[in-house]
Amino acid sequence: MDVRLSPEQVALRDSVAQVVARLGPKAVGQLDDADRRAKLETAVAAAGWRELRAASDDGGPWASAVEVALVAEELSRGLADVAFLGPTLAAELRRLAGSEPATEPETVALESSLVSIAISADGQPLDGAVAIDAAGAGSALAVAIDGAEERIGQLPVGDDRVEMDLTRPSVRVTGAPKPVPGATLGERDALGRWLALGLAITSAELVGTMRGAVQLAVEYAAQRRQYGVAIGSFQAVQHLLADAHVAAEGSRAVTLHAAWAVDALPTSEAMAAAALAKAWCARAARTVCETAIQVHGGIGNTWECLAHVHLRRALLSSEVLGDAELNLDRVLAHQHLPHRVEAH
Amino acid sequence: MDFGDSPDEAEFRARLRAWLVDNDPGLPASSTDDDYWAGQAAWHQSLYDGGFFGLSWPADIGGHGLPSVYDVILDEELAAAGAPPRPSLGYLVQGILHHGNDDIRRRFLPGIVNGRDRWCQGFSEPDAGSDLASLRTRADRDGDEFVITGHKVWTSYSDDAEWCLLLARTDLDVPKHKGISAFAVPMRQPGIEQRPLKMINGITKEFGEVIFDGARVPAANMIGKPGEGWPLAMTVVSHEREPGELGFVGRYKKVVKELAAQVRAEPYLFKPGPVRELGWAIVETEVLRLHVCRRLSDRLDGIEHGPDGSIDKLLMTQVEQTVGHAALSIGGSGADGRDDTWMKVYLYSRAQSVMGGTSQVQRNLVARRILGLPDS
Repeated sequence: MDVRLSPEQVALRDSVAQVVARLGPKAVGQLDDADRRAKLETAVAAAGWRELRAASDDGGPWASAVEVALVAEELSRGLADVAFLGPTLAAELRRLAGSEPATEPETVALESSLVSIAISADGQPLDGAVAIDAAGAGSALAVAIDGAEERIGQLPVGDDRVEMDLTRPSVRVTGAPKPVPGATLGERDALGRWLALGLAITSAELVGTMRGAVQLAVEYAAQRRQYGVAIGSFQAVQHLLADAHVAAEGSRAVTLHAAWAVDALPTSEAMAAAALAKAWCARAARTVCETAIQVHGGIGNTWECLAHVHLRRALLSSEVLGDAELNLDRVLAHQHLPHRVEAH
Repeated sequence: MDFGDSPDEAEFRARLRAWLVDNDPGLPASSTDDDYWAGQAAWHQSLYDGGFFGLSWPADIGGHGLPSVYDVILDEELAAAGAPPRPSLGYLVQGILHHGNDDIRRRFLPGIVNGRDRWCQGFSEPDAGSDLASLRTRADRDGDEFVITGHKVWTSYSDDAEWCLLLARTDLDVPKHKGISAFAVPMRQPGIEQRPLKMINGITKEFGEVIFDGARVPAANMIGKPGEGWPLAMTVVSHEREPGELGFVGRYKKVVKELAAQVRAEPYLFKPGPVRELGWAIVETEVLRLHVCRRLSDRLDGIEHGPDGSIDKLLMTQVEQTVGHAALSIGGSGADGRDDTWMKVYLYSRAQSVMGGTSQVQRNLVARRILGLPDS
């Protein structure tokens, strides 16, 4: 056991951090800066980070889920307003189905509750499905069951945008997915492994969000003065921020373990590790983001403060593929303890 | 990056697992039953003689010189077998290892590591708790000896100990952090009075008060230089905050494993609320295990202990108290007259946010030393 990052992994993480530091939004107003956003999009596209789970020559992914998690964490930490989660999950789905990689930007469609991939049986149209993280995507992948076979199918992504998360628009999609030629989810638990990856990525996003929110609040507490001193010198404020920092630090190892497990452990073990990480991270992240708002006082409750941008991002990462409570049920199911849902 | 076992680690794990089949002493739960302590010395010696204790410590004091991550494997396997956790005395070893000279190390460390000598820690006093540096116990030079006068409290297992790692004031004329020295004090002598403390869960062995009234210690038993007591105390408490040093992951894993087995045996007895509390205890215990894996892996780089120990202490405290709540919810308070072991586990968990530095002090340290916020 040696859970240190390799030098290559550290270099990858640092290169993502540099791109986001240069081109990510530093203020709410910059979210509307189309020129900045286009430059960030170009940089992320050129780096190839969205293709890490596409099939390499041997059919396996170009990189392990650990690399994917590192990219997701850094993009989230800097509030990167470009697609990553959606295209990565689409690439994984294509790889697991033995399909050619996508030629145009695409994402995945989830059922309306966001807890699982949208599934269409025997050509039935999907009702209320949501293409997540859909910036720039022309289409979304869903599962199309055809008799006894699980295939993947494609849906066009229209303009019916939902922007709860200000950095990652979702789009409602309808209609029946059109089967992707030659794409069959043959492996019995292919979707379980896909879900494990999705939970690991969303956990990593939540870690990044927590770190970004803590950093934002600490910087504010150090410069905001009341009673003639920085508010960060008050123990009441310090203890809020200390707890938030502990929650963020405590989330890192469990998330890296979940990402490692995606490629290293049997599917049921990978799923359990991912659900456990997601349960912890989703619960922790909401509290950490709420702390960031509280430390900013009245300003934290205005649209202009970045704290709510972190919170919104945390809420979407939490809901996608199941929140804290749903993933706690997955953990209980894996432990053969009473629970409320099927494991997945 | 690999959370899996290397071939050497897998071999060690298999050997340990096989050894545990015949060597689990079946002690009552730690920190809830005074009988646990009676069997703990034999368990320590047995674990040592089996080659499974002091894994990451130097060979010349009886350790094995292995990477720290082997301690994670030890904790995991002890919990999986239902065996008692490893004895928590790494912080004493680290304090003496870092500050003692060769003579001190040679005389004292092998006996601590192999479990033949029992040690207690004389730090806190009635008026020196979180503010440890204001301690008033005195060590006055008298020829080749020092004479100890003072009152120590929270001195774990002091009545069974042969030795005490004692902090005492040797210089009254310098600022309070500078005038403290550390000693290895023999406990079997006149001039030492033991007063056991009964804790809220009923145990009487683990915590005590010790009155020193003219007890004597050879000057050669000073650990470190005169005035080095404060840096030594900081070394000890920084290790005392680390779950990787304490082996507490094994203790928590053992509790949640036994609670889960109770629920599986008779699931219809438990409402969803308590089961979900147990679920969170399972989640948090695993979060702590993996956090310890990360910390102990970092030590492969030789990263030394800094203020990060306060993060670990706060995380460990949260986990112990979540596990304690699950124990109360699943195991019950004993108000119905049934076995109250789980109530004792719950009550003991309340001490975790006090011992080794309160959670409030840890939060101050995280805010100021790690987040860089200004002093108030």
